[in-house]
Parts: sequence; structure tokens; C-alpha cells
Amino acid sequence: MSVLNIKDVSKIFPGGTRAVDTFSLDVADGELVCLLGPSGSGKSTLLRMVGGFETPTSGQMTIDGDDITHVPPERRPTGMVFQSHALWTHMNVFKNLAFGLKLRKVAPAEIKRRVEAVLELVGLGGYGTRAVTQLSGGQQQRVALARSLVLEPKILLLDEPFASLDQHLRERLREEVRDIQQRLKITTLFVTHGQDEALSMADRIVVMRDGKTEQIDRPDIVYREPRTPFVAGFIGTMNLIEGTVANGVFSKAGYSTPVPVADGPATQAIRPEALELTLATDNAQGKVHRVTDFGTHGLVDLELLDSTRIKAMVSHPGLFQPGQGVALAPKAIAAYRDDILIHRGALTPEIAARRETIDA
Amino acid sequence: MSTLVRRRTDWTGITFAVVLTLVIVLPLLVVGTWAFTNVWRYPSLIPQEFGLRFWNQTLARADVWSSISMSLTLAVTVTVLSAVICLPAAYAFARMEFPGRSILFFSFLAGHAFPKFGLLVAIAGIFLQLNLIGTFWGVVLIQLVGTLLFMIWIPVAAFQAVDRRMEEAARDVGATPMRVFWSITLPQAGPTIAAAILLSFVGTFYETEGAWLIGAPQVRTLPVLMISFINNQPVIQYGAVLSVLLWVPSFIALMFARKVVNSGSFARGFGG
Ligand SMILES: Nc1ncnc2c1ncn2[C@@H]1O[C@H](COP(=O)(O)OP(=O)(O)O)[C@@H](O)[C@H]1O
Ligand SMILES: [Mg+2]
Repeated sequence: MSVLNIKDVSKIFPGGTRAVDTFSLDVADGELVCLLGPSGSGKSTLLRMVGGFETPTSGQMTIDGDDITHVPPERRPTGMVFQSHALWTHMNVFKNLAFGLKLRKVAPAEIKRRVEAVLELVGLGGYGTRAVTQLSGGQQQRVALARSLVLEPKILLLDEPFASLDQHLRERLREEVRDIQQRLKITTLFVTHGQDEALSMADRIVVMRDGKTEQIDRPDIVYREPRTPFVAGFIGTMNLIEGTVANGVFSKAGYSTPVPVADGPATQAIRPEALELTLATDNAQGKVHRVTDFGTHGLVDLELLDSTRIKAMVSHPGLFQPGQGVALAPKAIAAYRDDILIHRGALTPEIAARRETIDA
Repeated sequence: MSTLVRRRTDWTGITFAVVLTLVIVLPLLVVGTWAFTNVWRYPSLIPQEFGLRFWNQTLARADVWSSISMSLTLAVTVTVLSAVICLPAAYAFARMEFPGRSILFFSFLAGHAFPKFGLLVAIAGIFLQLNLIGTFWGVVLIQLVGTLLFMIWIPVAAFQAVDRRMEEAARDVGATPMRVFWSITLPQAGPTIAAAILLSFVGTFYETEGAWLIGAPQVRTLPVLMISFINNQPVIQYGAVLSVLLWVPSFIALMFARKVVNSGSFARGFGG
């Protein structure tokens, strides 16, 4: 049973960079929370503060109620997995895993038992005598994970652990780590800049930008109901169209759709899969630029009349040819103004009916 | 019509090799020959009589043995002291920021940038006041200064090449900073630091000016004895035998260096 509480933590580096800005987060027992954000958004700094490798400029962190804000890393109940595995190359696999146990004065027989058990757990049974440098990248990351797990930390911290691996291996390790995490029910903070990694692993996602939280929610909610245009643009593919609303109608170049908000500038967000395309000749709102067939579906790149590029997912890519005129029928949209969500909604039949009249 | 590409003779390489041979190998060869010569009179190109006569005579002398043991004791003492003082200092230079860091760092170079003998004479003056002239510890002190450059600069580079994440990972599993240094940083930087220690050992073993100026006549190292042999004895062989004896540490050092370089850990030590 371990919970992590982060309260109003800030980190300003000596140079003046405000890497983390009054950040708060509560991680529940056994929960896996992903810190997601572009490079430089302060994810690593935050994780390193939890691990004890950076000291917060202000704020407080507790684990199970104990204040750890100023506890050195060697006395924190946290275990960290680094992006560059950081295995000790002058020790073999067994010694890497046994080092922490030895420091804790665990009996040799018990060390052996625990190291072998954790090696089994990460799928490297019998690899104890291998030199670290003889392992593949994926195996090295597994050993790094095992090195943390063998000490049974209260909080597991992972900083982009798969970033240097190829796509295929990354996906496999992602599943393995998630399995292990759920089996051990270990409270975990996971840093990534890959949205698919966050979406597939996390119980909750924290979207970070410039050291601040943009949104904290379940993956499906972050995906379907992004609270800011930044989140909308960062998670999955999203069309963000800057336009204006007048009399309840959002318009941009030849494209318009009803949005029940006050008049003014607005950013409309539509997922490619929520944008229906029909071939149109007279009242075309856009022009097909390129069609990509992914087998299961197709992706149409199109241009609005003012050359704004957007994407739409179609089930029959064969129907569309570059240069053709198309009409756009969004099924679900969200609208933002001044970085704040002002409207979200599926287009109901009633609204859809109104659209017909606008189009006409 | 010929498409054959003739390999150009690498004159630079050949010249280089020849000069190296003349400058290094030839004197070694001459000295080596002299050491095993009983009789060699002008104008013969090769000795009239080979033999171990002068080895027997040299090794029978008590002052030779006492100087060998003096040299070994000195070199070991200086190297150990130097390691104990310099390695933690080098680590501090590599990992910490403190006021005066660069000035201090370059001051080690300064000791080697000026003519050494003048510096030694000045130090000898100070040592005279401190009653350190002619003492073992006086020589240790002067030679210690001589090792500072190797024992700070090389280990600093070695420590800087150690991945900080490795050190952090060790902290993470419960190691104190001290333990991290001994169990992670030092072994990681090991091969390079071993090279520095070796250099300082060999350098101390061969060091002559300081040992002579500060130590003479009470403290007599092997090189100092060799010089006095060469200066005072009309017989070349004594000096030759001693200088062959002096090669031993060099050979050991070279063999060790070869092993380290071949194993690739030397490059690793430099972050390669
Ligand atoms: N040790 C440091 N000293 C100064 N600035 C730093 C340091 N570490 C990180 N930063 C800065 O803090 C910001 C956040 O960095 P980081 O936490 O590494 O972001 P992320 O992991 O999300 O890519 C960046 O602007 C980075 O340049
Ligand atoms: Mg990072």
C-alpha cells in the first residue's frame, strides 16, 4: 500500500529555467500514472525530484504520508529506471541486481533466491552470469527494471525506458512492464513523450507543458475530451482549425459548422475519424490532396479553400482521388477559445439538420 | 596501358620509423650490449669478449642493493600517497563546482611549464630551512609534487567520462556517495586510473634531479647511483648494467599498458 503525494512542487534551475511550476499530483496505491509531454516540458525533472536527484525549489512530496522532500535518494523507498539503462558495466547481471540487496545486508542465499526470482519475472531466467554489455538493448532495459524491482520499492519511477529501442520491441516491453506492474500492484510513475505509450499503459495520464499540468485524466478521457487545444493536438491526430464564430456558426474559408458559443475567434478540433467526407462538385469545402491506404482504413489529406491542411479517416480510400472536391461533415467537434474548452459535442440529428440548411 | 595502381612508398612513415629506431632503439642496443660485455676495445665494432663479469661485480655491491630497495620504497610510497591525495581531489574537480576550481586545476600544469631545475633549487632552499634535505620524506615530498600533474589531470578525465546515471542508479539502490565512489566510479574509471598510477610509479622510479638535489648524499636512488657511477668510474659497464636494471619497471609498465589497451577497457575508461 503506497501512495505518492506531490504538492505545489516547483523547480527553478540555477540558470533560471522554471522546469517544473507549482505541480501537484496524487498517485493512488497500485496506480500507473504517465507523465506525458513534449521534450523539455519538465517530466524528467519532476521524476528526478521524486527519486531524490533534484531538490525542489518549493513544495512538498510525501510517500505514505512521510515527507521525502529532502531525503537523499539512497534513503528513499523509490526505484528508478533510467532511459540509458545505467547498468554498471563492470558487474555482471547478477551483481547488478545483488548490489542493492548487499547494501541492505541481505543474506547471500536470500540474495540469490530473490535475484533469480526477479530475473524470471522479467523473462531473463539464467542470465545472471552474463556481462551487461553482451545483452541486447531490450534485455538491458529488462535488467534495469529488475534491478529496481528486486528491492521492492514503494514507488517505481521510469524515465522513458524504451526510448532507445525500436518500435516493435518497445510495444512488447510496454505490455510486459504493464503486466508486471499490475501483477506486483506497484505504484508507478512513468515518463514518456510518446502518446501511444501513455494511452496503452496508463491508469491516468498527466499531460505536461512548460512544467505545468494541462490535464490529468484517464487515457480514454484525455483522448476523447482534451481540455485544451495543446492536449488535443498532442494526443492522437487532431485537426485544429482556427476560425471565427458568428451567430452560432463556426467558419473558416469555405468550411462552416454550427457551434453554440458566443461570437468571436475560436479553434475547432476534430478527430480524423470524426470527419465524414463526401464527394462534392458545386459546394466543395475542400480539395483532396493525397490519399493513403492503410489496408484497414484510409487517410485523406485535404486542403480547405485557403490551403489549411486537415486529415480525415475514410473506410473506402478508393473512392477519393487527389484533386477532387469534397464536402466535410464533422460528427463530433470541440471548440476552444483562449486555450479553454468552450464547447464539446457530438452533432445531434437536430444540429445536423441545421447544417443542411447552412450548406444549402 | 596499365590500370595497376602502384602503392606509393610512404617515405614519411619510413623516415619516422628510421629516426625512431636511431634515437630509441640504437642507444638501448648499445647500452644493452655494453652491459653484457667483458672486453670491448676500439676500433672493433663488436665486443671482444661477452660475459656477465660486470653483472657479478655490480650486484655484489651493497650500495647497488640498498639503492634498489630505496628506489622501490620511494616509488611505492610516493605513488600510494599520491593516489590517496589526488584521486579524491580529481573526483572533486570532475564532479563539483567550487570557487577557484580552474585556477587550482591549472596550477598543477604550472609546475611543469617552467624549467624544473630552477624550481627544484628554490624548493631545496625551503627544504634546507625545514631540515628536509637529505631525508627520505624530503625526497618523497619533492617527487609527490612531480606526480600531481598525471595523478590529477588523467583521473579527472577518467572520472568525467563515467556516466553520471550509473552513479545515480547506485544512489537509487541505497549506496551512500562514498560507496558510489568506491563501488561504481572508481572501477568504471579503473583502467585509465591504473595507467595514471603506473605513469606516476615509473616516473618516480626514474626521477633523478629532485632525488639527487634533495636526497644526496644520504638518500641514494638507483638512477642517482647510476649517474655517480657514470661520472666517477672509468668503466662503462657499471653504468650499463644499472641502466639495464632500470629497464625492468619500464618493461612491466609497457606489458601492462599493452594488456589494458588490447582489452579495450582503456578506451572504455576514456568513454570510448
Ligand atoms: N540540470 C539542469 N540544469 C539546468 N536546466 C535544466 C537541467 N535539467 C533540465 N533543465 C531544463 O529544464 C527543462 C525541463 O527539462 P526536462 O525535465 O529534462 O524535460 P523533459 O524530461 O520533459 O524533456 C528544460 O528546459 C531543460 O533544459
Ligand atoms: Mg526527459
